[in-house]
Amino acid sequence: MTTIEINEGNDTSVSLPSFSGSSIELKNITKRFGHVVANDEVSLKVEAGTIHGVVGENGAGKSTLMNILFGLYKPDGGSIYLDGNIVDVTSPEKSISLGIGMVHQHFMLVPTFTVLENVMLGNEGSFSLKNGEKTALQRLQKLSSTYGLNVDFHSLISDLPVGMQQRVEILKALNRGAKILILDEPTGVLTPQETIGLFEILNSLKNKGVTIILITHKLKEIMSTTEAVSVMRGGKVVANLKTNNTSPEELAEKMVGRKVLLSIEKKEPKIGNKALTVKNLNHLSKDGVDVLKNVSFSISEGEILGVAGVAGNGQSELLDILSGIEQLQRGEIEINQTRLLPGEKWDPKKVREMGMAHVPEDRQKRGLILPFYNYENSILGYQRKESYSSGFLLDKNKILKLFTETAEQFDLRPRNPNIASNKLSGGNQQKLVLAREIQSQPKILLIGQPTRGVDIGAIERIYEDLLRLKDAGTAILLVSVELDEIMSLSDRIIVMNQGKIVGETMGSNATEIDLGKMMSGLDRTN
Amino acid sequence: MIEGNFLPRWVSIGLIPLINLLLAFLVSGIVIFFIGENPLQAILVMIKGAFYYPGSIGYTLYYTTNFIFAGLAVALAFHAKLFNIGGEGQAYVGGLGVGLVCLALDQSINSFLVTILAVFGSGIFGAFWGVIPGYLQAKRGSHIVITTIMFNFIAASLMVYLLVNVIIEPGQMSPETRDFSEGVGLVQVHKLANYFGISMAVSPFNISFFIALIVSFGFWILVWRTRFGYEVRSLGHSETAAKYAGIDVSRTIVLVMAISGGLAGLVAINELLGVHNKLLLGFTAGYGFTGIAVALMGRNHPVGIFLSSLLFGALYQGGTELDFEFSSITREMVLLIQGLIILFSGALAYMMNPIVEKIYFNYFKGPKNA
Repeated sequence: MTTIEINEGNDTSVSLPSFSGSSIELKNITKRFGHVVANDEVSLKVEAGTIHGVVGENGAGKSTLMNILFGLYKPDGGSIYLDGNIVDVTSPEKSISLGIGMVHQHFMLVPTFTVLENVMLGNEGSFSLKNGEKTALQRLQKLSSTYGLNVDFHSLISDLPVGMQQRVEILKALNRGAKILILDEPTGVLTPQETIGLFEILNSLKNKGVTIILITHKLKEIMSTTEAVSVMRGGKVVANLKTNNTSPEELAEKMVGRKVLLSIEKKEPKIGNKALTVKNLNHLSKDGVDVLKNVSFSISEGEILGVAGVAGNGQSELLDILSGIEQLQRGEIEINQTRLLPGEKWDPKKVREMGMAHVPEDRQKRGLILPFYNYENSILGYQRKESYSSGFLLDKNKILKLFTETAEQFDLRPRNPNIASNKLSGGNQQKLVLAREIQSQPKILLIGQPTRGVDIGAIERIYEDLLRLKDAGTAILLVSVELDEIMSLSDRIIVMNQGKIVGETMGSNATEIDLGKMMSGLDRTN
Repeated sequence: MIEGNFLPRWVSIGLIPLINLLLAFLVSGIVIFFIGENPLQAILVMIKGAFYYPGSIGYTLYYTTNFIFAGLAVALAFHAKLFNIGGEGQAYVGGLGVGLVCLALDQSINSFLVTILAVFGSGIFGAFWGVIPGYLQAKRGSHIVITTIMFNFIAASLMVYLLVNVIIEPGQMSPETRDFSEGVGLVQVHKLANYFGISMAVSPFNISFFIALIVSFGFWILVWRTRFGYEVRSLGHSETAAKYAGIDVSRTIVLVMAISGGLAGLVAINELLGVHNKLLLGFTAGYGFTGIAVALMGRNHPVGIFLSSLLFGALYQGGTELDFEFSSITREMVLLIQGLIILFSGALAYMMNPIVEKIYFNYFKGPKNA
């Protein structure tokens, strides 16, 4: 038990919370949204000073449950016990005062503020910032030395790498006196090295008595860091398990409700002719940053080339240029023996006509128009194709017929063409986009983050579709920040760091450690 | 993903707008009460004035016609997420198109043909006035709201100049052209009825109204059934997705503004070909601006726009009657009521949603265990 007291100039004295460890118990929590029961009599118990995992597919009710715990939603039934006492969490303010802190998946930081300013935000102390800054700084120094959370308090958030920003989020919660820390998908944006760093921090927090609830879909992380795990499916907790007594296979099966293949079988590629060649691609972003530097590679028919790298190292720009969304500035692209040089007209329409399809990284902003009906989205990008229209009118019957066939073939759920695509789960949205692009029978497929926010069950399906397409002779460029995905799908892997290709390896002999080293770059300190 | 509390369609697009409308009338009634008149009697007078007195329906539908054209113009631009505030100027310049065609040709060729050409003239001139801001937005990034407002002023100045100095009928003081020759124009419905032996009260209600209905249907086809409409709606919902889909964003913006301007321009056929039979100063009288409220209330759908146009038409006509009947109520009262309607059904459109949701789910549906 540690209590750290700091006396400031004012008449109040602030103290860091004493971490005797808090246990939290949820009993019969029920939450409805209209007709949908998001949480159905959910009960789970988190022991004090442990790391407790919560896993489940999208829509299983994890986020709803955590939002109830954090006071963002009011439950329709059930109760919350903190250290055995019933508590009423009516708002985030209340929850913070009870010692519950949350690190959201998307950081809630002001990029133009310094670390110190961000931590103080909402907790300034007094009218003048001066005293508050002094106190906050002292507390931060205590916190960071106690838990090994080293950050430069005076650098701007926008200058910090993602892993550091996440530390700031954790510091923010601790500074508010969090005894229970909820982390929502914390490793989605981190490199393997940063992930290791995060789990070191979490372990040290745990050893100091902080209770941690870890929401994730990565079973490996659950297995390596948690003491206990709760599995949610369809709004219910279907299992409360001790991590030691379970396996990833069992967890996956409980999450999905059926047996799931965690590893996929990949056939030897039947390499054909060169389909796409990129030579000395250079690109200057609108802000004048060199986002691509001398990028050269080629992909052959029947081959999957994986592009590994931490998000923001030029992969998105590479996809944008190849798909025609951005203009080619320097270098050349050769598609099926057609050479393209800078200055030539280059747009997504032409790209599609040349037999190149694109499943964009951000399906919600790019790949789909969310308020559109499913059948409308099933022709996005192909709306001018003759087979979809009669005269200048769109032929709704033809589109519907095709949609029904595709939905069947790709197992889209629900298969209703007349519901808006924003009502689909992430996995089904992705299936819709993928189905549309595969439907165009591309010679080359560009695909970015194929399984971001997609459920395990659907991931399996998407991988199968990609491999089938490859076996049929399509050249696939796969960009992903998920190393597991890159390694299990790719025949060849290139690694990007700061706009350059820093390494290349065959898919069969790639290891996570090697790729991780290349991804972090030689000139990068971590 | 969790489905939220969704009200059924008939509540969200039927009941809630109706409640908003009633609220606007309630507040109007309170104002009328404080002026010292009986609100119920005032409403009765308005309703009678809009639908009951001889010729009143004709007047109501005549105003409705203007609002349909202006509303469709705003709605089309809205579908591409463009805020076309320039309907007023586009309608005005559309009038110039009508005027020029009629003045140039009505002495030499068949008057039926002149009328047809004049209708197209209004659309083309209106389109021209919409294309310039559209082009500036698409190619130069000048914000459409600013440019269309400016173009209203430019249109007003241009028309004053032309009507005072160039196309004014020689030898008179008032800034208007000579009458178009006999036979040019869109026939008024009461004359048509008389021709078939049915007696009907005199009103400016003319066949532009039916043109407006046909155009409304065309609007529906264009937006929801054509490739172009698909691209327009894609652009309106997400520009990044539109680019991804290979849609030429600039071209689409320019085209949308052309059609939007053309629709606004058609206000001129109702006013000039249907009623005045000449080009005159200020004939648009704010219809273009009211079109924004009409489109907003009508949720950018032709059926909604028809209904809200009818409402605004009835308000205009009924308001005139209010002015006649009560010494203490002036015509400006209509502006007040209009303002309240726009306030409640536009700016505060979602104010009643939480209350209605609560009542609906607690008393009618009850939470279901689905």
